[in-house]
Amino acid sequence: MTLAVNTQTILGRPRGGSFRRDLMGVAVIAVFAAAGYILFPDNLALLTRILSVALLVLALDLVTGYCGVATLGHAAFFGSGAYAAGILSAHYGINDPLLMTLGGIVAGAVAGLLCAVIMLRAHGLPQLVLSIALIYLFHELANKASSWTGGSDGLSGIMPDPVFGLYEFDLFGHTAYFFGVALLLIAFVLLRLVVRSPFGMLCRGIKEDPLRIRAMGASPNAALAKMYVISGAVAGTGGALSAISTQVVALDALSFTQSAEALVMLVLGGTGSLFGALAGTLIFMLFEDYVSAANPFHWLTMVGALLIAVVLFAPKGIYGTAAAYFTRRGEANR
Amino acid sequence: MSAVFEVANLKRSFGGLVVTNDVSLSMAPGDRIALIGPNGAGKTTFVNLVTGNLPPSSGEVRLGGETVTRIDAIGRVRRGLVRSFQVTRLFQDMTPAEHVGLAVLQRDGRAGRLFGSFLNMPEVMAEVSELLEKLGLAELAHRKVREIAYGQQRLLEIAVALALKPKVLLLDEPAAGVPQSDTGRIEQALADLPPDLAVLMIEHDMDLVFRFAKRVIVLAAGTIIFDGLPADVTKDARVREAYLGNYANASHVA
Amino acid sequence: MQTVFSIAIDALAYGMVLFVISIGLSVTMGLMRVVNLAHGAFAMIGGYIASYVARDLGLGYALAVIAAVVITIIIAIPIERLLYRRIYGQPELTQVLMTIGITFCIIGIANYAMGPTLKTIPLAEPLRGSVDLGFRTISIHRLFAIICGLAVALGLWFAIEKTSFGVKLRASVDNAAMAAALGVRTEIVYAISFAVAVGLAAFGGVVGAELLPVEPYYALRYMVTFLVVVSVGGAGSIPGALIACLLLGAIDTTGRYLMPEFGEFFFYLAVIAIICVFPRGLAGRIK
Repeated sequence: MTLAVNTQTILGRPRGGSFRRDLMGVAVIAVFAAAGYILFPDNLALLTRILSVALLVLALDLVTGYCGVATLGHAAFFGSGAYAAGILSAHYGINDPLLMTLGGIVAGAVAGLLCAVIMLRAHGLPQLVLSIALIYLFHELANKASSWTGGSDGLSGIMPDPVFGLYEFDLFGHTAYFFGVALLLIAFVLLRLVVRSPFGMLCRGIKEDPLRIRAMGASPNAALAKMYVISGAVAGTGGALSAISTQVVALDALSFTQSAEALVMLVLGGTGSLFGALAGTLIFMLFEDYVSAANPFHWLTMVGALLIAVVLFAPKGIYGTAAAYFTRRGEANR
Repeated sequence: MSAVFEVANLKRSFGGLVVTNDVSLSMAPGDRIALIGPNGAGKTTFVNLVTGNLPPSSGEVRLGGETVTRIDAIGRVRRGLVRSFQVTRLFQDMTPAEHVGLAVLQRDGRAGRLFGSFLNMPEVMAEVSELLEKLGLAELAHRKVREIAYGQQRLLEIAVALALKPKVLLLDEPAAGVPQSDTGRIEQALADLPPDLAVLMIEHDMDLVFRFAKRVIVLAAGTIIFDGLPADVTKDARVREAYLGNYANASHVA
Repeated sequence: MQTVFSIAIDALAYGMVLFVISIGLSVTMGLMRVVNLAHGAFAMIGGYIASYVARDLGLGYALAVIAAVVITIIIAIPIERLLYRRIYGQPELTQVLMTIGITFCIIGIANYAMGPTLKTIPLAEPLRGSVDLGFRTISIHRLFAIICGLAVALGLWFAIEKTSFGVKLRASVDNAAMAAALGVRTEIVYAISFAVAVGLAAFGGVVGAELLPVEPYYALRYMVTFLVVVSVGGAGSIPGALIACLLLGAIDTTGRYLMPEFGEFFFYLAVIAIICVFPRGLAGRIK
């Protein structure tokens, strides 16, 4: 072991401590969360919605950003989580928010596994088409199973108990907001660990060259399926948060539009970076709130134009472009 | 010594075209064999058949005594049959340390771990350092592959292959595309390969073949036409015909 | 028996409309390797123009068809020049984003310009009504759609197999770099194919308006249907696309007739099953 320590010092370490970045990420999220709470106390419902969608976009980043799989059906996991949490409460009287969240996580993970088994059979365009067909299938299924899901009327009657029996979900959404912030922080820290782990490294390799990974004796499909399960669990957490905080689940949670918007948010922020996913969600959702309040008809046009602009002028996304700029400046100044 | 790797009567045809015809060979630990042949001889098909990327029409592949003909490419790698690529296939956004680290972790079945970083695993790092240093890549350990020279990428290909602790190593033109000034480093790396490793090198560069190989196999039109000592290969009539055939019949061709 | 016959005719008509709209997408995808999610938007634009010309201006069906095809191509040219050119050869994700962005824009603009309501295209007099076959009557419009589909299939087959342009097109689909090296001006082949693809989409949008009604979300609603045709049929394969259209038309129409309450459920289930069994398409080449 002494030899090991010696050689390690010879090799040195890569620049930039990742632990410091983790702490900074947590701090940044906490600061943003506190600022939102102080600045927009009347708009906590929107902020909580941003938190739940952020979990969906983080989940999408795992698959699209880290593994390179293009998908337009990721809301399937978000919706599964939302319906699972909602059904637990509305039909089974399981109202503990933690158990409801757990239900959402499990449902998202199961949906993730199911979709992975199907999606990984194809590549390229057929794979993309599969993702779209799957989200429509989930949507139709939820629509038809109206005795469980409430169909197009939405699922209501969700009554979460106080968190830990202490903090009641109030009308102003204070508890829901803090519950959401806590879920996002936990998910963020866990995902930082995952993307840095050997498994995260394996996935980055798969994104670049799956054939090379096979030649190293690893199965890309097995790793991707595992990532889908993790991603489904994270998206399911977001869905559960949405069900708990709004106390309804609408069919929109399982829609193609929701999936496409999540992809837009991810690309806007920058793929392959958890910070990018968070930044993209925040900017997009605030923008959406502002623009669709002003003129809901132009919203889709704006999203389209935004997408085209990002592809043409900032292919790395806002966070990615900014990060690259600062890295360059940092290197120039050294 | 018992064979670590055997190919028996391997045959593959595409439609009516037989590309690999009844190829058999056997390798023992420590073998250094060069596989040569003119363009279109079926070398690439042979590699794909052996590595499991292409199913043979008939014949068998055995690895360490086990028949692996029906085992897929991933399973063969896990059983110790590792290849390098003619054109380097490395992850441009990853560092040499990450490449070798990933290979070591994968070999140990730990590449699926969801926490920790190999940078904090002393036993993995020890191996990574040792390999990178042996191949003169320690300085570049934490640079992105896209930033390092092609010759060094070639060396990294070898490092990744060695990190998988193969029993049999297939080197597909390990010096292809490398400038003349850097081939010395690669030859040194080839000379330093573990002595008990069985190595099959596919190569065009005859200088390299003569310096590296203890045995030469010539493939032409899908069949082995020569299997013997390097010193004898140029004297063999069939080899001369396979390579220089057109000279003999120059008048017909023109 | 009557039901079977109705289903068959409707399925055939629907499949042919799908074919007319999607075949351009299939050829351009095979040729330019662009995942184009905005193809349906061009069919929708064609439908809107035809509706405007035939209903609002009262200029008749034939003129409406011609205007739809010509104007849609004119609209598509700057889009191809300014936007599509940038994504040729880019990663799939980039192409998806760009073309979905274009789709969203077109939907938003259509909604703004034409309103959210459904637009009809009044048919020409001879296409209205139905013919009596003795045991059964068929709507003439269905027959018209089927004939249009067959005409397009035959026309394309002739253009691709029997003309010098077809030779260049096939060479470019097979290996663009090699075709260019042999003196084929691939950019012209690309431009003509793109224009033909868009024109066919517009034509299909008009002819199929009775089956796929024109409204702002048309481009999104049928996006997956058109893409499925290509991925099931295999990009660049005309027979593949034809088989895929007839198959999907049959599945969708049968589902609607026999189990209307399940909507699109069986259609998507069938799509997933088909792609899982043929991940490279019915006639797709191995990449």
